[in-house]
Amino acid sequence: MESLLQSLLGDNLLTLVLYCALPLVFLLLYALLAILGEVKISAFMQDRLGPMRTGPWGIIQPLADVLKLLQKEDITPKDADKFLFNLAPYLSFMAAYAAFAVIPFSSQYVGADLNLGAFYLLAIGSLNVAAIMMAGWASHNKYSLYGAMRSVAQIVSYEVPAAMMLVIVVLFVGSLNFQDIITAQSGPFWNWMVFGGPKADVELASGEILGASWINLIFLPLFLASFVMYYITGLAETNRTPFDIPEAESELVSGYHTEYSGMKFAMFFMSEYANMFLVSAVTAILFFGGWNSPFGVYLGDMFDAQWLVALEQFGWLVFKGLFFVFVIIWLRWTLPRLRVDQLMYMCWKVLIPFSFGIALIVGFLVVVLK
Amino acid sequence: MNTKDMFDHLAALFPDLELQLDEDVPCIIVPPDAIREVGLQLRDDEQLLLDSLMCLSGVDFADGTLGVVYHLHSMLHNHKLTVKVVVPVENPHVQTVERVWRTADWHEREAYDLIGVIFDGHRDLRRILNPYDWEGHPLRKDYEVPEFYNGMKVPY
Amino acid sequence: MSQTLEALQEDIAAGRLKTDELVLNMGPQHPSTHGVLRLELVLDGEAVVKVIPHLGYLHRCFEKHAEAMTYPQVIPYTDRMDYLAAMNNNHGYALAIERLMGIELPERVEYIRVIMAELQRIASHLVAIGTFGMDIGAFTPFLYCFRDREYILDIFERTCGARLLYNYMWVGGLSHDVHDGFEKDVRDFIKRFRPTIKEVNDLLNYNKIFIERTANIGVLPVDVAVSYGCSGPMLRGSGVDFDLRRDDPYSIYDRFDWQVCVGKGEAGTVGDCWDRHMVRVWEMEQSCNIIEQALETFPPGDITEAIPKRIRPPKGEIYTRVENPRGELGYYVISDGSANPFRVKARGPSFVNLSVIDEISRGHLIADIVAILGSIDIVLGEIDR
Repeated sequence: MESLLQSLLGDNLLTLVLYCALPLVFLLLYALLAILGEVKISAFMQDRLGPMRTGPWGIIQPLADVLKLLQKEDITPKDADKFLFNLAPYLSFMAAYAAFAVIPFSSQYVGADLNLGAFYLLAIGSLNVAAIMMAGWASHNKYSLYGAMRSVAQIVSYEVPAAMMLVIVVLFVGSLNFQDIITAQSGPFWNWMVFGGPKADVELASGEILGASWINLIFLPLFLASFVMYYITGLAETNRTPFDIPEAESELVSGYHTEYSGMKFAMFFMSEYANMFLVSAVTAILFFGGWNSPFGVYLGDMFDAQWLVALEQFGWLVFKGLFFVFVIIWLRWTLPRLRVDQLMYMCWKVLIPFSFGIALIVGFLVVVLK
Repeated sequence: MNTKDMFDHLAALFPDLELQLDEDVPCIIVPPDAIREVGLQLRDDEQLLLDSLMCLSGVDFADGTLGVVYHLHSMLHNHKLTVKVVVPVENPHVQTVERVWRTADWHEREAYDLIGVIFDGHRDLRRILNPYDWEGHPLRKDYEVPEFYNGMKVPY
Repeated sequence: MSQTLEALQEDIAAGRLKTDELVLNMGPQHPSTHGVLRLELVLDGEAVVKVIPHLGYLHRCFEKHAEAMTYPQVIPYTDRMDYLAAMNNNHGYALAIERLMGIELPERVEYIRVIMAELQRIASHLVAIGTFGMDIGAFTPFLYCFRDREYILDIFERTCGARLLYNYMWVGGLSHDVHDGFEKDVRDFIKRFRPTIKEVNDLLNYNKIFIERTANIGVLPVDVAVSYGCSGPMLRGSGVDFDLRRDDPYSIYDRFDWQVCVGKGEAGTVGDCWDRHMVRVWEMEQSCNIIEQALETFPPGDITEAIPKRIRPPKGEIYTRVENPRGELGYYVISDGSANPFRVKARGPSFVNLSVIDEISRGHLIADIVAILGSIDIVLGEIDR
């Protein structure tokens, strides 16, 4: 992808900026789609129509929402810490966006092909906590502060099991690079991690060979469990129902972004949606083959068109990601909300012991089978 | 216990008090400084067990007296009793029954707020429906609506 | 700074480190205070030390107004007290004046009143159940409940032209006879409505998270409930088998076969939020039973024959209570023989039920306060009057 841009525009700064901005374009389009999805799916579930006036079937509604947010008065509370208050939403979105650097959208495009991709993802994910804490503290509002405190407690706690799930896959593949993790699952869908990983030797993106055979089926229950647990953790990290405790509308009004309006609120909103896709995409990458086609073949290969393969791969990843986003939305309109102590119980007494247990077993099996 | 039996029982229990017998609900009239004692007796007497205060209303009788009317009910025996306290408007002090029936807590605050009966011994006798800095007691028959409240015009 | 928790606690005890309680104003503008209630929460972290309710933001001087109106003119004001159960409010007031005047009602009026009151009870409980679910964080059941409530409001609209504030039950009769096809409408509604109860049960009431959130929360013991004068689903949720429709009979409720639902502590302790909530769910089914039986023997007749030409009750006073969806709604009416009531005091069930909140919410978390408040099912119009 970078080489394509280079050939078109030459090797200069513009190329680099464009290259970095590609996920942003995708994110903006995705956010519009997700907002529409949220209102339409909830409407469908709740026996109503949802927005119907703006455009046919209301499809321009998200654009109208964005325009409304742009026009809204930008209010900063009198007693707020102005600098932090204004910084927080941008930091929050920046943290969400920065994580996209290591998400491989296809075998051809990844923002930064880091060998420490998984590690980077965990590190940058924690940055969001700082933004939320900033927003909560700087708003000078007790509800915001409560929301921020809850959020920090929640995200920091759920980082631990999330990291363990990543470690499980990393242990198996033997690489922190996401492209490696995805190529390890290449071929038809039964090679996906959630079905026990590759069933024959594969060559990783880095060139190493990952030895594998049908015996890997014994990993199936382990990876299936860790997929479910990772997804639950993801829900908690994105503050979505049933873990939307920091925002808990009926208790804390809106939690840490109670005092925000207009574009700054939109930034938080964007970062929440970006995080939703991030979690979904990482779930797809870790357990569902990332950009791999579930059939193991690409249309592009038949026509010998590399660009079509890349596009297909992008399509598959987005499709898988959107599917998990859909499930997040589905859960949101179905489940009630947990209480803060139940949330902590879930994390420290259920997820963490189980994730450590699985990591231990996976590590042991990997060593034995090698 | 039917109404007649209850009436007789009350007459035996409170020989000093004035009793009335309406069609279905007996009524006793209690002096304002005895209502707490009487209330405790009514609540704890084995045969009466009037453990639930349905309603406590303040009334301005417009003849220079204010009244507090207690409507009692027994959950177990399913019978009712009305208790009345009458106080002069110049000295509207009544003993509180807030610790006899907890219902009375807010109802006494309401009676204080709207009628101006002062309940001696109430732990938290603040206004409840009107703003805390409202002046006067609106349900008094001689109440006149103030022109202004905190600079806002009141009659609209 | 390598302080352990013990060291910190020691510092606090010795006064070297100062801790303080946090006062949080919940309301008057807050999504789950169900109106303009202000709760002053004294908090220790997330735990609640004390709840101080501040009322009166919606005070519209019902009692003062009533003294300046003639008897029938008060009825629209009763609508506006508990605006979610206006029919029941009308019913209680009309009943008080009728008893004061000694009016005997025609059969048909009694039947229509019971059917309307029970439909209104279902409508009101639907709001209570839906909003309680929303307080816990489940949004979808709320809309299912409101969808079915619309059907009831449609029936009301066809009969008396109003959807929320009806002014329907007059002293001695009703403002209109029911519309043509009323019986079919109500039968259709009940047929359509019964599956919704199951739907809400599946989606919300027996949801694991919902039970976790509501069971053992805000337990209201029987003695506290009686002492605070709690009534309706609050009282029955605590396991007290007491319903004014049966125990202090009025209208024609004694002719029908129905059960009083009480909390049994299925999910946790008797008298917790879940029990109070479920009593409402079960009561909706009982209301359906009452309506079905009433429709079977629905008599014809003239609904206006008992309406007095001149409403001037004789000198006297009366305290009448009816079972509102929220509990015991009492009217204490004093008549001095004139055309205006001398004093009307309304004893609202929400007003009394709310007073217990401090008692049952101490030691719980903020999230539980929302659950407790939702399970009390308050209507601010009636609390503030």
